[in-house]
Amino acid sequence: MDEDPRGNVLRLDAVPFRLVSGAELPEVTVAYQTYGTLNADKTNAVLVCHALTGDQHVANPHPITGKDGWWESMVGPGMVIDTDRFFVICTNVLGGCLGTTGPKEINPATGEPWGIDFPVITIGDMVKLQAALLDQLGIPDLFCAIGGSMGGMQVLDWAARFPGRVFSAVPIATTARQSAQNIAFDEVGRQAIMADPDWRGGRYYDAPHGPKAGLSVARMAAHITYLSEAGLHQKFGRKLQDRDALTFGFDADFQIESYLRHQGSTFVERFDANSYLYITRAMDYFDLAADYGGMLANAFKGTKTRFCVVSFTSDWLYPTTESRAIVHALNAAAAQVSFLEFETDKGHDSFLLDVPEFYDVLRGFIGAAAEKRGL
Amino acid sequence: MATREADIRARDIRVDLLEIGRMIEPGSRVLDIGCGDGDLLYHLVHDRRVDARGMELTREGVNACVARGLSVVQGDADRDLGDYPTGAFDYAVLSQTLQAMRDTRAGLEQMLRIGKRAIVSFPNFGFWKVRLQLLVTGRMPESRALEYPWYNTPNIHLCTIRDFADLCEELGITVERFLAIDASGKPARMAHSTRQANLLAEQALFLLAYHGERDASGAPLYRPR
Repeated sequence: MDEDPRGNVLRLDAVPFRLVSGAELPEVTVAYQTYGTLNADKTNAVLVCHALTGDQHVANPHPITGKDGWWESMVGPGMVIDTDRFFVICTNVLGGCLGTTGPKEINPATGEPWGIDFPVITIGDMVKLQAALLDQLGIPDLFCAIGGSMGGMQVLDWAARFPGRVFSAVPIATTARQSAQNIAFDEVGRQAIMADPDWRGGRYYDAPHGPKAGLSVARMAAHITYLSEAGLHQKFGRKLQDRDALTFGFDADFQIESYLRHQGSTFVERFDANSYLYITRAMDYFDLAADYGGMLANAFKGTKTRFCVVSFTSDWLYPTTESRAIVHALNAAAAQVSFLEFETDKGHDSFLLDVPEFYDVLRGFIGAAAEKRGL
Repeated sequence: MATREADIRARDIRVDLLEIGRMIEPGSRVLDIGCGDGDLLYHLVHDRRVDARGMELTREGVNACVARGLSVVQGDADRDLGDYPTGAFDYAVLSQTLQAMRDTRAGLEQMLRIGKRAIVSFPNFGFWKVRLQLLVTGRMPESRALEYPWYNTPNIHLCTIRDFADLCEELGITVERFLAIDASGKPARMAHSTRQANLLAEQALFLLAYHGERDASGAPLYRPR
């Protein structure tokens, strides 16, 4: 376990860092983890992009929760993303709360945490920051960019923004454009946070605690969207929690209630409410086609990147139709693209779980791409 | 050159796939519809230097292709061909899949919209052994090319060489090349008459093109139905 929960922290030389919105960050730090060894040619770097509530601790115990890294089953020696073979980098995204510049870090202009004065960021800003980190580490390009959900958005943005710097790309359970339904869910979460009196207009960093109740509700609502009805039914059904009969009150009678409360309360221990606002906003703003004249295919024009797009049947947050739209655009752009939809009842969160068939295919895709790159 | 031929033989590719490979010019872009485990794709990419992609319905097939380093999209030829832009490929290939499509005619039309040319191979239901089986036994024929019992066959639109040639003519599609494949799986240099091939060929291979009118997007305007 790391001494510093942030892992490696690097202060960016290239400042001020200009954001897509036009705003500038006077100084920027990036917290990141690496696994494996960069080869002499610097051709074996894999960027793993984390989802909304993830962080850089992809394959080591989490310094705050003590739990396994969020993709420990995917990244490691001999694993699908084999750290004996590849140099894996995972950064805490811009706007995050585990070491990379975000709303809880200090605004140099005031000496206070940024709070709600932090500029609104986009997925493109997260990607530009990752690219700036690679520049500073002296890594010219990526063998592979891979990630699920918001991580998949970053993968797509990488492939569009830096086409020559991504040899292969694996966007999983994601979209090229945040849907109205997902913006709606994000708004529910943000309103829950901002309605909590402990949010204090975003200035809660010197208060005893932040908007725990609001953030917890946000997490509970979002967590439902990560699962599926079939999965919930199978796991919980209407089973009661530690009791034989209904209490005719508002305790957590049902196991599903207890589970969600647990999800909410553990989440607030490791996540910053303001970060949640900023990162969900970045996802809402994500519309790759809009950045390229309204035609998604234009985002990938002339690309040489090899794509493997993946979706899961029971994912209703980013359903297969979203992945198909990406594949459609990649086909129109004459890109090398493979697409698979895996059958599972585990919902959106399937990308975090060890679905053996999914892992086999990724292993095949990454292995074949590595062979093409002479790794 | 001899070594490469040997390599190809060593991979044990079906003869009809080798013949399809010969019809395709190196450097061209190919979509193999219903590519299965990717045998043709692999041959095209590695032996013929073709930029080949696949579409496959079964997950097992797609998994196998991706693991072989091939670009394959999981999809249903009856539903998803419309996703591909007009003229995106030099060739659209349909090898032993035509007879399993729900809407054969629409599938064929889509192929010549997506591809400048189409290559289609299918088992010939007019083959004399097939005819004889039905005549003599009074039961649905089964053979190497028709390997399923009638009740669980994916082949829902079986046709003869003459049937297929008629459909092409009806749609204004030109047959640029025709190849009959005999019962030993080898190309049979039969008479050019489809009538003779219709009796003697176990399988047929067509290279098709559309030279008729097109709409503003470049999609073929097939003759009125």
